[in-house]
Amino acid sequence: MTAQLVASTLRVSTPLIFAALGGMFCERSGVINIALEGMMLMGAFGAAVGTLVSHSPWLGSVCGMGAGVALAAIYGLFVIRLRANQIVAGMAINMLAMGLTPFICKILYDVTGSTPSIPIAERFQSAPLYLSWGLVVICFLWMRYTPTGLWVSFAGEHPEALAAAGIRVNRVRWVAVLVSGALAGMGGASLSIFLSSSFSRDMTAGRGFMALAALIFGKWKPLPTALACLLFGFADAVQIRLQGVALWGDQPIPVQFIQILPYLVTILVLAGFVGRSRAPKALGTAFQEG
Amino acid sequence: MDSNSDTAAVMATSTTAAVELRGLTKHFGSVQANAGVNLRVEPGTIHGVIGENGAGKSTAMKMLYGIFPPDAGEILVNGKPCAWNSPADAIAAGIGMVHQHFMLAGPYSALDNILLGAEPLRWGMIVDRKKARAELQALASRYGLAVNWDEPIETLPVGVQQRIEILKLLYRDAQILILDEPTAVLTPQETNDLFRNLKKLRDEGKTILLITHKLREVMSFTDRVTVFRAGKVTGEVPTAQTNPQELANLMVGRKVVLNIDVPPARLREEQAIEVTDLCLAGTVAGSRHKLTEISFSVKRGEIVGIAGVEGNGQTELLQAILHPRDPRCRTSGTVKFLGEDVTSYETLRIRDLGVAVIPEDRQQEGLLLERPVSENFLLGLQRSPAFSHAGFLNSTNLQKAAAQAVEEYDVRPRDLTLPAGKLSGGNQQKLIVAREFQRKPRVLIAAQPTRGVDVGAIEFIHNRIVRARDEGAGVLLVSFELDDILTLSDRVLVMYEGRIVAEFSRSEVSERELGLKMAGS
Repeated sequence: MTAQLVASTLRVSTPLIFAALGGMFCERSGVINIALEGMMLMGAFGAAVGTLVSHSPWLGSVCGMGAGVALAAIYGLFVIRLRANQIVAGMAINMLAMGLTPFICKILYDVTGSTPSIPIAERFQSAPLYLSWGLVVICFLWMRYTPTGLWVSFAGEHPEALAAAGIRVNRVRWVAVLVSGALAGMGGASLSIFLSSSFSRDMTAGRGFMALAALIFGKWKPLPTALACLLFGFADAVQIRLQGVALWGDQPIPVQFIQILPYLVTILVLAGFVGRSRAPKALGTAFQEG
Repeated sequence: MDSNSDTAAVMATSTTAAVELRGLTKHFGSVQANAGVNLRVEPGTIHGVIGENGAGKSTAMKMLYGIFPPDAGEILVNGKPCAWNSPADAIAAGIGMVHQHFMLAGPYSALDNILLGAEPLRWGMIVDRKKARAELQALASRYGLAVNWDEPIETLPVGVQQRIEILKLLYRDAQILILDEPTAVLTPQETNDLFRNLKKLRDEGKTILLITHKLREVMSFTDRVTVFRAGKVTGEVPTAQTNPQELANLMVGRKVVLNIDVPPARLREEQAIEVTDLCLAGTVAGSRHKLTEISFSVKRGEIVGIAGVEGNGQTELLQAILHPRDPRCRTSGTVKFLGEDVTSYETLRIRDLGVAVIPEDRQQEGLLLERPVSENFLLGLQRSPAFSHAGFLNSTNLQKAAAQAVEEYDVRPRDLTLPAGKLSGGNQQKLIVAREFQRKPRVLIAAQPTRGVDVGAIEFIHNRIVRARDEGAGVLLVSFELDDILTLSDRVLVMYEGRIVAEFSRSEVSERELGLKMAGS
C-alpha cells in the first residue's frame, strides 16, 4: 500500500515537474508564466495526436513539445516584443488553448471530448518519470554553472545590468520562454500519453497553475521546486486512493470533496509561504532595449 | 574662451584622441537630446563632463557606450570610427561604464556580478569561477580594492558596490572608463578613496570620463572639462584655467550665484518642531531599530539640517514626523509642532497647523504627474476657503492664484494646462515650492529640496528657503547633498544607522568632521 502510494505520487508528479521547470526558466528570466496551463494543454493534445499518427510516444512527445513551443512563441510575441501585460496575455493564451484543442479535435476526429484511445504498447511506461528527474538535476547544474544560466538569472533580477554587460536581454528572454513552452508541452505529453491513454478536454485541470504554485513555493529554484511538485503529487495520489473509501459508516465520502484535496493543499501552501519567498525583482516588467 | 579653444586645436593635431565625438545628434520623439555634440578626450586624462539635468551629457555617453545609436554624427575611439550595435561592441573596443544606478543584482555574489557577460569558460561551457577569482584577486590587490567575492551584493555597503563596478571594468581590461555621477551615494571619505583610485588608473594610462554636476569634484580631480547645455557643448576648458563660477555660468547660460549669502538666523522663542525619543522598530543598515531614540527641536526662524548618507533612517524619520499616528511609521516617542502634541493627529490636521512639506520623492509624493499644473498647485489646498466654496472648487480663483505663483516662482513653461510630468525636474520642484509656500508656513520640512535640480534652480530654492526662515518658519532640512546642508543650516545634525550621532552649530562645522560622523566614526 505504501509502496503503491509512493509509486503513484512519483507518477502523478511528473507532469508538474516538467511544467514547473519550464516555468522556472521563464520566470527566472523575468517573464511571468501564467500561460503554463495552456501550454500544457496544448502539449497534451499535440502529443496524443502525434502518437496516434506516428505510433511512437517519443515522436508524439516531440509533437507535444512543438505544440507548447508554438503557443509560447505567440505568448513571447505579445509580452516580449509588444510588451503586453503578462497576466492578461497569459490568461488569453490559456483560453486560446482551451478553445483550440477541442476545435482541432473536432476537425481531426469529429469529436470534441477526447481523442481516440492510444494502445498501451504505444504509450510511455515510465520514461517521462526518469526524464523529469534527470532534467531537475540538469536544470540545477545549468542555472548554477553555465553562462546562459547566469544570464537568465540576471535577466529576471536586473535586466539593465545584463544589457550593460553587453548581452541582449530580450534574446535571453525569448529563449527562456520557448524552452518553457517545450517543457510545459512535455508536461502535457506526460499527462496524455503516460498517465492516461488519450487526450481529453481540459485534462490539465489546473495542473499548470499548480506547477506555478510549486515554483513559487520552491523559491524559483529547481530542486525545491521539484520537491514542492512531489508534495502536490502526493496530495493527488492520496486523493485518487481515497475515492470510494468509506471512512465513517458505510457511505463513501462524496468524490467531489476528495478531489478538492490537491487544490486545497495548493491554496494552503500559497497562503502560508508565498510572502516568504522572494520573486525575481524584474518579474513581470517588460524590457525595452536601447 | 578663444584662447582655450586654441589650445584644444593645438592638442588635437599633436595626439590621437582617446575619444572623439563629432557632431553627435540624437532625438527622442520631439525632444532633441543632443544637437551636434563635439567632444575630444585626450588619452591618459581625467575629463569632466558637466551640465544641468537634461543637458544631454548622459545621452552622449550612452551613445559612446553603444546603448543606442546616434541619429547623425561620428564616434571615434583611438582615432578609429566606430558604429556600435550594442554595448558588447563598445566593451570589445575597451570602453567601460559605471552607471549612476549601479548595475548589480542584489541576491547574487560579487563574483557573479563582475564576470557577467565576460565569463571565463572551462570545457567550453562551464563558468570557470576559480580562474576569475584568481584574476580578480590579483587586480584587487594591485589597486587596493578589497572585496569579499562570495557575499551577495545587497549585503555590501555602497562604497564596496562601487568598487565592484570599477573592478568590473578593470576585469574587462577597459582603457576608457565612463563614470556617471559616481559620488551621488558616497560619503566624503569614500569619495576621496574613489578619486585616489581614479588618479592611480589615469597615471597608468587609462582615460577617464567623469560625468557630474558637482563643481567641486570637477575642480579638484579633472584635467579638462566639457560643459553641456541644452544638448550642445558650450565650452571645453583645461581645469587649471577655469573656476567654479565660470563653469556654472556656462552650464546655466547666465550668471549664477553659487554660494548664496545666508544672513545669521534671528531665532524666535517658539519651538517649531520638537521630537522626543522617537523610535521605530525594525532594522536599518546594521542597527537594531530603524529609528532609535531620536530627539531634537527646531525653533521658528531657524534652519536645522540633517546630514547623512542615503539609507541611514532619514526617510523613516520624515515619515514618522509627518505620519505619527501610523504604527508603521512610529512605534514610540512624541512629535510636537508649534508646541502642540500632534502624535495622534491625522496628516491633514497637522498640515493645517501651517506645516509645509517639500517631499523627498517629488514624483511619487509631491505631484500628480498626469494632471495639469493648476491642479497640482491645488493639492492639499483644496479645502482652503480661498479655492473652494460649499464643496465646489472656485476655479477662477485657482487659475488666478496658480498663474501668479507660476510667474513668481518662475516655473517654465508658464502653461497651467500642461501635465506636471512634462515639466523638467527643476521646474517640478519649483512648482512644489510655490504650492507649499502658498501656505505661509510656520514649519517647513524640506527633504532633498535640490535633488536632481540644476544649478540655476538650486540657487532659487536655497534663496526661498532662507526667506521662509526669515519670515519666521522653523525649517527642517534633510539632504544627502553636503552643499545644501553647509550652505543653509544654522545647526547640523548627523544621522547614522537610525540615530542622531552628532550636532554642530554653523560656526563649528567642518566638512571633514561631518564626513567622519556620516561614516559612523
